[in-house]
Amino acid sequence: MPTFWLVALLLALSAAGFYGGRRRALATAAGNVKELHSLPSYYGYHVAMAAFVPAIAALAVWLLAQPMFIETRVSGMIPAEAVPESSTLGLVMSDVRRVAEGLDLAVEQGLLTAREARNAVAGEQDLRALMGEVGVALGSNVRPEVLEAAQAYRNLSNTGRTAMTVVVALLALGGFAWAYSRTHKDFRARNVVERAVLGLLILAASLAILTTIGIVLSMLFETRNFFGLHSWTDFFFGSTWAPNFRGGSELSILPLLWGTLYISFIALLVAVPVGLFAAIYLSEYASGAVRAFAKPLLEILAGIPTIVYGLFALLTVGPALADLFGKGGLLGVEWMAGATSVLTAGLVMGVMLIPFVSSLSDDIINAVPQALRDGSLGLGATKSETVRQVVMPAALPGIVGAVLLAASRAIGETMIVVMGAGAIAKFSANPLESMTTITTRIVSQLTGDTDFASPETLVAFALGLTLFVLTLGLNVLALYIVRKYREQYE
Amino acid sequence: MTDLSQSPAGAAPRKHGGSLLEKTPHTRKRNAAETRFKAYGIAAITAGLIMLLVLVTTIVGKGTGAFQQTFVTLNVELLEAKLDKKGNRNIEDIKKVTTFGYAPIIKGAMEAAVAELGIETSLKSKELAGILSKDVAAQLRDFVIANPDQIGQTVEFRFLASSRVDGYLKGRVTRDSIVNDKNISAEQLDLVDALAAAGVLEKTFNLDFITGADASDARPEAAGIGVSMLGSLFMMLVVLALALPIGVAASIYLEEFAPQNWLTDMIEVNISNLAAVPSIVFGILGLAVFINYMHLPTSAPLVGGLVLTLMTLPTIIISTRASLKSVPPSIRDAALGVGASKMQAVFHHVLPLAAPGILTGTIIGLAQALGETAPLLLIGMVGFIASNAPETLADGLLAPNSAMPAQIYEWAKRADPAFYERAWGGIIILLIFLVTMNTLAVILRRRFERRW
Repeated sequence: MPTFWLVALLLALSAAGFYGGRRRALATAAGNVKELHSLPSYYGYHVAMAAFVPAIAALAVWLLAQPMFIETRVSGMIPAEAVPESSTLGLVMSDVRRVAEGLDLAVEQGLLTAREARNAVAGEQDLRALMGEVGVALGSNVRPEVLEAAQAYRNLSNTGRTAMTVVVALLALGGFAWAYSRTHKDFRARNVVERAVLGLLILAASLAILTTIGIVLSMLFETRNFFGLHSWTDFFFGSTWAPNFRGGSELSILPLLWGTLYISFIALLVAVPVGLFAAIYLSEYASGAVRAFAKPLLEILAGIPTIVYGLFALLTVGPALADLFGKGGLLGVEWMAGATSVLTAGLVMGVMLIPFVSSLSDDIINAVPQALRDGSLGLGATKSETVRQVVMPAALPGIVGAVLLAASRAIGETMIVVMGAGAIAKFSANPLESMTTITTRIVSQLTGDTDFASPETLVAFALGLTLFVLTLGLNVLALYIVRKYREQYE
Repeated sequence: MTDLSQSPAGAAPRKHGGSLLEKTPHTRKRNAAETRFKAYGIAAITAGLIMLLVLVTTIVGKGTGAFQQTFVTLNVELLEAKLDKKGNRNIEDIKKVTTFGYAPIIKGAMEAAVAELGIETSLKSKELAGILSKDVAAQLRDFVIANPDQIGQTVEFRFLASSRVDGYLKGRVTRDSIVNDKNISAEQLDLVDALAAAGVLEKTFNLDFITGADASDARPEAAGIGVSMLGSLFMMLVVLALALPIGVAASIYLEEFAPQNWLTDMIEVNISNLAAVPSIVFGILGLAVFINYMHLPTSAPLVGGLVLTLMTLPTIIISTRASLKSVPPSIRDAALGVGASKMQAVFHHVLPLAAPGILTGTIIGLAQALGETAPLLLIGMVGFIASNAPETLADGLLAPNSAMPAQIYEWAKRADPAFYERAWGGIIILLIFLVTMNTLAVILRRRFERRW
């Protein structure tokens, strides 16, 4: 782990910098703290930060950029005719990486000397067996151009790693020396350190933007690749979802979207009435004791991980529904084939969303001023009339916002539908049939052996992007409604 | 106005007639509506609470079985003729005997036990051994390799019974349900009853479930959640090490220093949006950036931790900002008044006062991350049997592992119903962690909360 040692070195250097800077500042002031512009430790921080921050930033950037650089260089070396008919450049590159990794491992474990690894020739030794011995499984024998590319890959990564170590060490030492030489009793260390700290704080805050950009870009790139391989009209307007890893798949989002929306609709059908009435009762009727008892208990439902709800759907609710509606069931009807169905997933997801709806609505109802209620009650309205005709209209925008947020949760929910909804993509209005959703398909297309050059895998990114846009849209809409129609009470 | 003043005073109220104390049909209707409305509210709350009750009883009812396991105590004669033919106790020679070589020894031990107890049975030795787990041969072999000097002696062992036998003792498997089961027969169950009556076979607490590793499809009785618990632990370490400092730094900037400009607005909007992004999208990000682009190892807790960090950051930022906001401005003013810089006022005075709130928010964020499953599926923490506990920190971060929720999902997907019991048991352990963390958060809040 050279990176680990490099970081350890940086930490040691900055610790030395702290003491060095502090000592030097005190020395220039002849030991008199009052002579210094800043407190002595600021001079220490100054040197420590100058040694650590630029170096670690360079390290991070280097680690991020090196793979991309090497990838483009090496994949440029592989001639187009070296890519077999059934394969793609991406697959060949992953072979190259594996061979390079295998050679490194072989050297590490002493099966090859460094020179032997450098001069390895395809065909002469059984490289595949050697790779197998160090735990790198290869699909076929190593071809010469792959081996050549792998050697180039190793060379470039080695050079890169050495250069990285040198650059980072130089930056650290340079920063140390520069800051140390500037350390003097009149030097405004505190101002410099505080400005640097502020910069770091801004950097941390910007990570939120970086994450969003990362999400959008990572999905956008792969989605673009997907639309290069598959027609976008089929994706958006087709009617069948039938991935086929031998090619010729039909990958349309519409049946998945139908399943997603149907399940979310059932979930909201459960969660909204229950959650809303619970919120109304808790905020308008319940005594303090009931509220203190029931509210936290309801909120436990929100803290339960979704895997628990998923298991509950798969092993309890699904079989119970099948006992009721399935073959030989209590109702004597044969409406349900298995335990997974839209209803199974919808009901369980509804339970999960109850506290979400109720606590959001509770906040909103509580924000309606008491004067409105008093006015209504004073005119002779009953409590329920007050709630229905005064409190609810006042709270409506907020409640619509809460329902939209719950809908966005339902659409993005994964574990419950993966375990409870089934895997068949179809348009059907029967809630007892199993259907599939966008999130379920993302999971199934991206788990197991994935080949990032086939439309069947890449479609997951297009689905993810759609999901992202959909949930984001709902959230923005919810915020907009709340802002636009909110009543302002003084 | 004029109409009102001219109408005679007592004429209108007479429409309904009678006194105020007497209920008219209209009033009765309104009161009934009131009662109904209230009943809906009570029904809604009750429905919610019943759901919670059903959920908890299901989990406890189905999961406690996983903490109990059926064991068979046997005296095994470690025959030298089978295990060490050359008789020189050379460890390499002993290792050459595969688990198949141990099968006759196990069969012999079962036969001896049955004969000693005087149980009448028509079962053959192979069927006798069938009530034991398939794991037994490996357990025996590990013991012999570790203690070659015991060869030739008789040693007492506590063996796992097979999952069917275990299920029979727990009531999951019945004599009716095994009619078409190739793995166990009614005669074997008779034998199980006899052995249980003799005290050779008993159901006891199963520590291996809590500390052990996952097992393959054929051996549900040997599966444990311990190793994936370590995977979760390492992920949480990564989340804590990254999300706490970054989250606190971001909150300090936004709450104390950020000017009103487009950048600040942009950050705020992004944070609130990230809080609402579905967790699976973070999984896609992790797959695309950390694994495909940066080539970090698949299934590594480090990658899981990074993904969960990004997911938890908004939660931590939101709660940290709330606790920074609750520190009154007079604290800052006082610090500035005695000559502290703004940075000093924040780091020396505001931050320590906000620390309990930050800690509470962090614990809640960690609890949320601990239970998250969907992103872990995409970075390959499922479908992988982590058989050994990691030994070093680097190993723990980089070696493939699973995590508790991912392990539970893995068990739920398997065909053998014996794994379902493990899944529910795993959920009990997961929930114990979550309840502990949340209780800790509540206690911290109660203990250190300050009202200014």
